[in-house]
Formats: sequence, structure tokens, C-alpha cells
Amino acid sequence: MNKTINQKAWFFVIPVFVLVAFNAVIPLMTVVNYAFQETFGNNVFMWEGTRWFKQIMLSERFHASLGRQFLFTFIILFIQIPLGIAIALSMPKEGMGVPVCLVLMSMPLLIPWNVVGAMWNIFALPDIGFLGHSLNALGFDYNFTQQIGDAWFTTILMDVWHWTSLVVLLSYAGLQSIQPAYYQAAEIDGASRWAVFTKIELPKMKKVLTIAILLRFMDSFMIYTEPFVLTGGGPGNATAFLSIDLVKMALGQFDLGPAAAMSLIYFFIVLLVCWVFYTLMMRNEGNQ
Amino acid sequence: MSLELKNVEKKIELETHIYPTNLKLEKNTINILLGPTLSGKTTLMQIMAGLDKPTNGEIWFNEENVTGMKVQKRNVSMVYQQFINYPNFTVYDNIASPLKITGVGSDEIKQRVGKVAELLKLSEMLNKKPSELSGGQQQRTALARALVKDSDLILLDEPLANLDFKLREELREELPKLFEDRDCIVVYATTEPSEALLLGGNTATLLEGKVIQYGKTLDVYNKPNSLVSAQVFSDPPMNITKIKKSGENCSFLDNSVNWKTKIKIKDGEYKVGIRPHNITTYKEGKNSLEIKGKVLISELSGSESLIHFTKGDLNWVSLSNGIFQKNVGDEMNLYMNADEFIYFDDKERLVANG
Repeated sequence: MNKTINQKAWFFVIPVFVLVAFNAVIPLMTVVNYAFQETFGNNVFMWEGTRWFKQIMLSERFHASLGRQFLFTFIILFIQIPLGIAIALSMPKEGMGVPVCLVLMSMPLLIPWNVVGAMWNIFALPDIGFLGHSLNALGFDYNFTQQIGDAWFTTILMDVWHWTSLVVLLSYAGLQSIQPAYYQAAEIDGASRWAVFTKIELPKMKKVLTIAILLRFMDSFMIYTEPFVLTGGGPGNATAFLSIDLVKMALGQFDLGPAAAMSLIYFFIVLLVCWVFYTLMMRNEGNQ
Repeated sequence: MSLELKNVEKKIELETHIYPTNLKLEKNTINILLGPTLSGKTTLMQIMAGLDKPTNGEIWFNEENVTGMKVQKRNVSMVYQQFINYPNFTVYDNIASPLKITGVGSDEIKQRVGKVAELLKLSEMLNKKPSELSGGQQQRTALARALVKDSDLILLDEPLANLDFKLREELREELPKLFEDRDCIVVYATTEPSEALLLGGNTATLLEGKVIQYGKTLDVYNKPNSLVSAQVFSDPPMNITKIKKSGENCSFLDNSVNWKTKIKIKDGEYKVGIRPHNITTYKEGKNSLEIKGKVLISELSGSESLIHFTKGDLNWVSLSNGIFQKNVGDEMNLYMNADEFIYFDDKERLVANG
């Protein structure tokens, strides 16, 4: 077969390279530079080797925020995935209800993050917020600006409200792609509703659920705006997740070196967890 | 054992999916539902299985009214066009699944699964998952699930439609053997006339929700009760032309083709159906008519040649054994065997054949 040699293709490829260089490679390399250097201003930099990495890895502050981060991510995954599947299962499969449900489900996803944070902040304020005031009126001692438990409760509730829809929509798409013949075959076998769920629906949703879990893991692991607006990381450092802590270190204290090292470690943790999870989920997929 | 549909009708809102149908299927028979897509084959099967309820009419099984009885209580199995297996189970567990639910002992399950797996050439694959199998093997697994249960009624809804040509041929030849010596009624839906002829048994021709004819497959093929039934049971499509008969003399295409017939029907105009394989590039039979046609398309299918041509105002299809390559626009001689013509009256009912 004769391949035509056509150098014009570069005209289409080069702009992409330039764009990627400017929005990803160059900023990332700056961070890599900072991670190995110390500066006292005036653009004077000194080589520090792996000192910042060692410092971060051994720092209790980093361990604490990493721990909070994992705890938060696991809690929201634990709530959002089953809840999302349950909602998807109870949504109508045909008729007028379908578009209505889909639009209702998409609404929280369309709201900008900072707006979500601000909304929930006002909603949950103990004196004037609807949620906060109602809880207090019911006799609960609720104040998310003062009490650690309440702060966590509110942050998690906000994230569940904002993001469960994503799991619902993905699960719903997975469910819709199951051919009716599967349900008929199960009916002929006399399979129970639970067996239909575990033996047909869940295996058939495996791929979209993998994507849903990955997306929710990454997004929640990198969560910043919403807790920043809602609690600002407080009370104390109770809801200072990794990214909030990182911003405090980089912009609050202006410790550029340690912050750069921390963001690289942060990046590799996300990458590693995603890779391990994806490999495990797709291990038995064979040649599909 | 018999399955009887009495005046079964299916309507969804204002649309009629199945017009009132009477059908009696006997024990130990293969019954083919032959018709194009959307002719109602699947709906009819689902009503037979009990997966769907008829709007009107009754279903009787073994002299018992089973209308509205749930499918689990009916000892039915079904194979679909899509390869339906439990995705997370191994082939063994898939085949065993209908038995496990009914509570058969594990030794017996092992023995029965082994037997069915051997019959369907799956013995080597029992530990694999369906996703690791080829399409043909996945469908064999689905067939094995249907056969392992000793059902009274086995329904197959175009089971070969999603397979490629070679696998289809292979499985098609094995199918009649699978249902031998089985104490059950087999219903097999297909769009392909050749599949019906290969499986034998009985055939019901369907079109637009109506059963047009039911009888022994060869009888339905040779003596279609109407033009519609003949058309459903013909692939490539049947050639239809108007003829004039007066006495022994028949003619069509404005008297350009004439022949003598011995059939005894009134003089007048008739429609004649000519199956494509009765128009050939060589003479066949005693009563062979010659016509000149202009080639539209000429295509080969295996060792058969399909030639589409025009003659008069009509497009014709001919099917000859052997390989004949013709160019578009060529004039050529074709021969029709007048003894194989099928005659229909003005209401498209059969009046005579031969």
C-alpha cells in the first residue's frame, strides 16, 4: 500500500501541542522546578534536592489532611454510588416521566461550584438558614461553623446533593442499554428481583459504574471550591481537605517549595489510586 | 400434549399487533413462524410463552386453559436473537441456572449439564465466561440453557439472525438433531424461507399480524393458499405477472409468450407466481418457455447466480445453479418451467399449480 507523504498534517498538530504546552506542561514544569528549589524572592533560586518531599512525607499536617481527604472521599462514594444506583433503578424506563426525571436530575450538575457552596452556606446557617434553623427548632444542637461533626455532616450532604445525579445519570444509561430479553430470560427462569439486580443489572452496569466511581473519586479527592465557600476548612482544620491545605500553604504562607512538592505527591496519589482501581475492575474483562 | 391458541388477539392501545388467530401445535413437532420483521412473530411467541397476555382469546396447553398463567409455572424455555446469558456466570453455571432454581440435586445437575454441553460442543468451555466466547458459542450456551430443562415448550426467536454466515450454516444443520426425541413442542421464528425448508416440520406464514397459512412446511411451500403466503415463503422475492387463459392456451407479456396448460380453471385473467429458481439460464422440464430479458444486475451467491432482468414493464429475478456472469444491459435468453407456475385468482387466492 502506498502512503501519501503529506507534511501539511503538522499544521493541525502543532497548535494542539502549543495549547497543551501552555495550559499543562509549562505550569506543571514550573511546579516541578519549585519542588526542588528554595527561594527568598527576587527570582533567586537555590537547589534543595528532595528536601521538600521528605518534609511533606513526614509532616503530621500533611498526614492529617490526607486522612481527612480519604475519609471524606470514602464516605461520599459509599453514599453516592448505592444511592445513585437506587435512584436510577426507580426511575421510569419510558414515557413522559423520563425527560422530566432526567432534567430534574441534571439540575444540581449545572450549578457552578462556588454557587453550590454559597447556597449551602446560607441554607445551613444555624440562625437564618432553612436547614440550620429547622434543625435547631427540632431540638438538635446544630452549628456547622462551630462543631466538627456538623461541619462534616453539612459538607457531605452538600456533595451528595451536588453529585449523586452524576451517578444516577450514568447508572441510568447503563440500565437502559440492557436488552429487554435479559429480563424476560430471568422471568422464565423464575429469578427473584434481587437475583435480577445482582446477576444481570449489576454486571451489565459494571463499565459505567467503574467510570462513575473513577469520576467521583477524582472530583471528590480534588474538591476545593465548595468546602472553601461553605466552611473555609473549619472549624479549625476540621474540613481542610488536601487542596484547601495546599492553597493555605502555597498562597497563605507562601511556602512555594513544600507546596509544590505536596502538589506533586497529591497528583501521584490520584494517579496511582485511579490506575489500581481501573486495573482491578477491568482485570476479568477478557478481550471485550 | 398440544398448544392451542383460540382466537388470540393482541392490541396495544389502538394498534393491532396480532389479529384473531387460531393455531394448534402438536406434541413433538417443530413449528416455524415464518414472516418478515414486524409480522408479529415475537409477539405471538411471547403470548405462547406467557410473557405477554393476549387482549382477547385463550391459550390452552394440554387441555388446560393457561391464559394469564405466569411464565415460571409453564415450563417454557426461550432462546433469543441476542445472545442472552448471565454475564458473570461461567458457561457451566449458565447452563445449570434453570435447574438450580427448580431445586434439582447437584449430582443430577452435573450429569444433565455435561450431557447438554456435549450435545452442543461446549464441553471444553464450561469454565469460561460468556464474554470470552465467540458469538456462535454464546448462542450455543443460550441453547443449552433452553434444552437442559426438559421444557414442554421451547421457543426460539430468530436464534441464528445475529451469527455470521458460516456459524449460522453450522448451527442450522445441528438444530433439527437437537430437538429429536424430545417430548416437547418447538416453535421457531425466522425471516428466512430457506431455514423453514431445512427444519421441516410445520410452518405458519405470517404477515402484518396475521397468520396466513399453517400446515406441513412442504405443503405450505408447494401449495400456498394465497399470493401473500407464497410471497412470504419466497426468497429472493417471487415473480408475479398477469396471464390470459383461453382453453388450453395461456399467454402473458402481451401474447409474446404462449404455452399450453392442462390445469382446469375457467378462462380469464389470472396472476401467476413464478419462483426465482424456476427462471433459469438453461432449459428445465418439458414445458419450458423462452423469454428474452435485459440484465439489470447479475450477482453470485455461492455456486448460484442471481440475475435481475427486465422484460415488458416488469423486473424479474432468476436463480440458476452454476456461475453465469452477465454484464448490465446484456440481452439474454431465460427459460421458465411452466409446469411449476402457481395460479392465483383476482382475489389473490390459489386456484391451481402446475
